[in-house]
Amino acid sequence: MSVVTLTLDGRPVSAREGATLLEVCQESGVALPTLCHLDGLSDVGACRLCLVEVAGQRKLAAACVTQAQEGMEITTGSERLVRYRRQIVELLFAERNHVCAVCVANGHCDLQRLAASLGIDHVRYAYQHPALRLDASHPRFVADHDRCVLCTRCVRVCDEIEGAHTWDVAGRAAGCQVVTDLAAPWGESASCTGCGKCVQVCPTGALFEKEQAAGGMLSKHRDFLTYLKNAREKKEWLR
Amino acid sequence: MMPVASPPHPSGDKRFKMLDAAMKRHRFQPDALLEILHQAQELFGFLADDVLLYVARCLKLPPSRVYGVATFYNFFSLEPKGEHTCTVCTGTACYVKGAGGILAAVEREAGVKAGDTTADGKLSVVEARCVGACGIAPAVVFDGEVAGGQTAVTVLERVRRWR
Amino acid sequence: MNREELEALAARRRAADGERWHRVSVCCGSGCHSMGAEQVLATLKGEVGAAGLTREVQVHASGCRGLCAAGTLVEVESGPADGAERHLYVGVDPEVAVRIAREHLVDGRPLSEHHADPSDPFFARQQRIVLESAGRIDPEDLESCLAAGAYAALEKAVSEMTPAEVLAEVTASGLRGRGGAGYPTGLKWSTVAKAAGDRKYVICNGDEGDPGAFMDRSVLDGDPHRVLEGMALAGYAVGAEQGYVYVRAEYPLAVKRLKIAIKQAERLQLLGNRIFDSGFNFRVDIRIGAGAFVCGEETALMASVEGKRGSPRPRPPWPAQRGLFGQPTLINNVETLANVPAIVRRGGAWFAGIGTAKSKGTKVFALAGKVRHTGLIEVPMGTTLREIIFEVGGGIPGGRAFKAAQTGGPSGGCIPASHLDLPVDYESLAAVGSIMGSGGLIVMDETSCMVDVARYFMGFCREESCGKCIPCRAGTVQMHELLGKIAAGRGELDDLGRLEELADLLGAASLCGLGQTAPNPVLSTLRHFKDEYLAHIEERRCPAGVCGAGARAEEVRA
Repeated sequence: MSVVTLTLDGRPVSAREGATLLEVCQESGVALPTLCHLDGLSDVGACRLCLVEVAGQRKLAAACVTQAQEGMEITTGSERLVRYRRQIVELLFAERNHVCAVCVANGHCDLQRLAASLGIDHVRYAYQHPALRLDASHPRFVADHDRCVLCTRCVRVCDEIEGAHTWDVAGRAAGCQVVTDLAAPWGESASCTGCGKCVQVCPTGALFEKEQAAGGMLSKHRDFLTYLKNAREKKEWLR
Repeated sequence: MMPVASPPHPSGDKRFKMLDAAMKRHRFQPDALLEILHQAQELFGFLADDVLLYVARCLKLPPSRVYGVATFYNFFSLEPKGEHTCTVCTGTACYVKGAGGILAAVEREAGVKAGDTTADGKLSVVEARCVGACGIAPAVVFDGEVAGGQTAVTVLERVRRWR
Repeated sequence: MNREELEALAARRRAADGERWHRVSVCCGSGCHSMGAEQVLATLKGEVGAAGLTREVQVHASGCRGLCAAGTLVEVESGPADGAERHLYVGVDPEVAVRIAREHLVDGRPLSEHHADPSDPFFARQQRIVLESAGRIDPEDLESCLAAGAYAALEKAVSEMTPAEVLAEVTASGLRGRGGAGYPTGLKWSTVAKAAGDRKYVICNGDEGDPGAFMDRSVLDGDPHRVLEGMALAGYAVGAEQGYVYVRAEYPLAVKRLKIAIKQAERLQLLGNRIFDSGFNFRVDIRIGAGAFVCGEETALMASVEGKRGSPRPRPPWPAQRGLFGQPTLINNVETLANVPAIVRRGGAWFAGIGTAKSKGTKVFALAGKVRHTGLIEVPMGTTLREIIFEVGGGIPGGRAFKAAQTGGPSGGCIPASHLDLPVDYESLAAVGSIMGSGGLIVMDETSCMVDVARYFMGFCREESCGKCIPCRAGTVQMHELLGKIAAGRGELDDLGRLEELADLLGAASLCGLGQTAPNPVLSTLRHFKDEYLAHIEERRCPAGVCGAGARAEEVRA
């Protein structure tokens, strides 16, 4: 395994060749906000929260999809990067109807955590208040599109780990929505195995287990992905 | 809710046979999905759920992916189209020459917004982002025929003739 | 097919054409078509038949001749092919067609009216490379294209040049991508040529989504073989055997003509296996888009060719490394590829002698909006905006004043009168906050409101965003809303700051070019027409008198 050395926020660090900048940050203890990324799933570079500056490059790089290269000089926390991250999170809050007080994920929500860590105390953009539906047709799970941030973790986990590809994204632009099969109610989906992986990886309260009141969705098991992947690929059953 | 759709399609509808032929020409390759959806829309007029499911099954694709593609592109319609279609081009050249007013007039006349069809199924109003007839802007497409230099008056006159 | 056969075929056709008294071509491009060109064509054919002159007079359809505003256009060419006498008629309807047939074709007395003046700057100032045959040949008749020199460059390349030599000519020509970004074509080709892969692909990007642009459409439906030949040359140079032409579904005529052209070319083995008896194989398939502007972005386009949602993905990997089906892929725009046959035929040095220091060759523009000669033009790079609009374009109709020229569509900007003497090339347009873009050039006069124009483009991007990344998906919604608020006279000064801040975010943080350039129309109008924004905000009025009506139209639709 060959190794590359690079500069991360002024510090020299080494990384295995082929590692992403996000992995380098994680290994070096540099906290970088992420939303669409989840260990165990493929990366799509969609949320743009992990953007970093690379010296000599005009364009910002999404750390989750950029490979570490010899001699790179990375800045992760410049004033402008922090501003962009705040703007992105504010845009998400304005886009749909995120009301933490009545959310099952209250206190355990990635979006909420991001807002807190970025010090967001109000939203400067116009709330769009789209009229979206809540789908409680599934016997065990609920999909509340008001709380969806379109990170596509559910789509990827269903395709890449469960292999059912029940979920996908329909529509485009602000009209995008995650759907099961041909967008019929989730409970009617013929391809859904009911495994619940999508619920576990959902960063917000958009997908949740039934019988949960506000703040009740305590136990999302994000580590199970690494567990499953190790089990399948390396034949190691490490809990 | 999934209809049994092992080829040939049990409905015996000839159009499914033609769709089969198109898929066969593309060797049932999943990358031909757009081509097949074009063909299906040409045959059926729009993409109904059973057609989408049938295509998904034949190309061995998950239904949600087929649905995702069908709803991504403006050209595909999941609802039946009206007997006639009035497509108002709102490309830049048409826009600066008043296409906005033409579209508003057609919408008022039809009582539906762009993208919708009148309740009697007579007329679909469509907004197109440039049909490439900028030299004769503003352009309106009446059932596939491009007409240039239009005004709200000339367009309404054409549309009223259909109703 | 070999060189002798190709030349014999072309010569035979030229001789046959030369024996006719008159060759009449009726423009059946999109503009003329909608003005009844088919009836004019039928009338002329009928009249010629009735006069018993079908052997002496040939009447055929052609692609776009450019002067769409004056359609239908009919050209009568008389005498031998070299040194023929030409008469171009404008504004021809069936009635005029009857007169052309009876007076000019039968009696030999050209009409004195309905004549276009060939010394008019619209014709005299143009230099045609991409459009050299469009409008003269019959695009559905391969022989007519061969007679005009089609596939001669391909024959020359595969029989006497190595792929590296073809590449060297393209590099020497200085050709840059005509899709808008202006990336050096030779560099792109050599990257793909060097890339390792099981197979390679050439994609012709004909997803001309810019509203207000129709250059590629006219090339595709006026001279499809030129594009196919360019693709084959690209395939030869980079080592690809498979090409895809991706065309918008909104262009049914282009699709139809391409299908015919591919069939014809395959029949004569100008495409397919062992082209010109060489070891070079190249197939072309058509992929039809389905109405998504974002598919003009290369990674989205590849996703679409693969039958997926047209969502862009991060680059790297670049298409040249890992593109279509994971293989090295060359993606060029229609106009870029249409330049290649001429470059190979006449040499890179010849091409590099046209244009400016950094922008070589010519550029096709779709001239539209408030200008007299709306239509399609091709001028050398470096021609000034003033020359394009006031000489070639004939100026602004109705005695109104010029306000701005919009180039680059939703990714471009508005250029004010103070920059009219700007030579049009990639760098100078970028310097004033716009881009060359694919060639849409919309002229606006004093009746256009710049806030409204910015809002229009932002609305376009809002709807055309693929929805994948947050800055573009949600940011365009917010920017559009702010612009709507200002246009409706409800804006505050703070809103300008908010607009600029969002513009900064979209430009820097969006995943692909659509989002990154979506703020450009706002930024360029803020830069050059800030007074109009201030009038809307501080005085609650629209200087051009547009916004009141626009806001009302929007309410009706909401």
